[in-house]
Amino acid sequence: MSTSTQSAASIQRLQHKRQTLEDAYSPPANFLEIDVCNPETHGVNKDRYTDYEVRMRTNLPVFRLKESSVRRRYSEFEWLRGELERDSKIVVPKLPGKALRLQLPFRGGGDGRFDDEFIEERRRGLEDFINKVAGHPLAQNEKCLHMFLQEQTVDRGYVPGKVRTT
Amino acid sequence: FFGLVSQGAEIDIVLDGQESRKTAELKLEDGRKERLPLYYDGETVSGKVNILVKKSGTKLEHQGIKIEFVGQIDLYFDRGNRHEFVSMVRELARPGILTQGVCYGFEFVNVEKPYESYSGANVRLRYYLRVTVVKRLSDLVKEQDICVHTLAQYPDLNSSIKMEVGIEDCLHIEFEYNKSKYHLKDVIVGKIFFLLVRIKIRHMEVQIIRRELAGSGPAALNESETLAKFEIMDGAPVRGESIPIRLFLSGYDLTPSMRDVNKKFSVKYYLNLVLVDEEERRYFKQQEITLFRRAEKRRRPIANSYIEQAIFHHRTAQFGQQQQPTTRAQQQQSQATPPLTTPEDAAAAAISPGRHGDANNSAADSPELESGSTHVSPALPAARSAPGIKDVLGEDDDDNY
Repeated sequence: MSTSTQSAASIQRLQHKRQTLEDAYSPPANFLEIDVCNPETHGVNKDRYTDYEVRMRTNLPVFRLKESSVRRRYSEFEWLRGELERDSKIVVPKLPGKALRLQLPFRGGGDGRFDDEFIEERRRGLEDFINKVAGHPLAQNEKCLHMFLQEQTVDRGYVPGKVRTT
Repeated sequence: FFGLVSQGAEIDIVLDGQESRKTAELKLEDGRKERLPLYYDGETVSGKVNILVKKSGTKLEHQGIKIEFVGQIDLYFDRGNRHEFVSMVRELARPGILTQGVCYGFEFVNVEKPYESYSGANVRLRYYLRVTVVKRLSDLVKEQDICVHTLAQYPDLNSSIKMEVGIEDCLHIEFEYNKSKYHLKDVIVGKIFFLLVRIKIRHMEVQIIRRELAGSGPAALNESETLAKFEIMDGAPVRGESIPIRLFLSGYDLTPSMRDVNKKFSVKYYLNLVLVDEEERRYFKQQEITLFRRAEKRRRPIANSYIEQAIFHHRTAQFGQQQQPTTRAQQQQSQATPPLTTPEDAAAAAISPGRHGDANNSAADSPELESGSTHVSPALPAARSAPGIKDVLGEDDDDNY
């Protein structure tokens, strides 16, 4: 149990470089915030759909824009998830539920999938999803993710691939 | 202990000098711990065998009595695979008849004990004495185990381990451990230096892992056990930060490293550095270290050791809260976890899926599975290493906060 046989010098703390004040007090290099907010329902009656604002702020060099804001709907999140499952090596987190039952007429009660509560729950699930995905080092350089976050429209005919750090 | 009650004779093995001899604890096959007399290589094993005929008046006819000193390796999974690497026999009595109690002395002079006793998950190395009273139908057998320790000299060359590892463009760290060979009561002194931090780290810990490789070829069994987990950092580091490591080995149940013992098994030890990010993704780097058993030094004068003891207790107080040695790995989800790669490694580093991932179809390309519980530490802001307590013996930690 004793360390008494060791000299003080042999178990002294290892020398380390002093951290520069700049490194200590600059904004951290891992700044990444994505909000999914401002749900809006467009259209009338049967052709209604809800989309959300996906707002991103970051200082990661892999992302071309340090600030971006786009509008995305649930099916586009599903598209992104599918692309990532196929192309990236990560286990892609789950999306909030599809709410198939709520889409049938006269079922589910209330406004179905345009119900405020449902939209809020979905919004939260989408926000968790996109934050998890965008922060994953092995998903960060996928073209589909960058297009999803930073292009105004999602082009499903794009060429899949990886993005190089700028 | 082998059966001896039948057929009316009791066999007892008494070792010389048992009162003054040191003992050591060894785990038996059923998990119980046993205290056994301790011997070293080259030491003579001697003693007496007492045989008592149970019912006075009865005769015990036998075909000879012998005693053996055996060193053997048992591979648990291979039933009946017992390999004796030391086997010596002494004849105690020629065929005859016992009518009363009898005592035989035995001596195995300077007997070789080349390996250390080891009791592991899939393999066991033991030394024992076995007395056999040979009879026509079934022999009477009595065994007495002993424990053997092998001692090693402090190595002449004991370089430090220093390496830069990471994930391209995301996380670069440099880790350093002060030595590559540690004795069982040693202290691991090291540091982790952050070169690039583009992920949100929540905490960092060091683990001691034992890996036992039993058998060879396709039937070989690999068993990993996490012997200790020790949190060294809580909070999110940035570039330029240096986190110290100080890990006392004497608190854990360790054996010396064993390399290819009799070509049957190996026991290796690894330090596992684990970083966990905000999404429960784990990043780890395993590094093999060599452990050896050092001869115990002679006791120092009392005055000095009192001072040294006081300092030691101060140190444990500093780390008392954080140090929670777990002796059993909690085998929960086996997730694919990422090795932090050196720049030379071409393979893509995989990252564990995190809590919401499907643990079954985990990320491809991750060669190592990490056993052990997913450690979730509360995300306390700011606090990093043990808050600026001065090293009693070492340099003052210059916390410039």
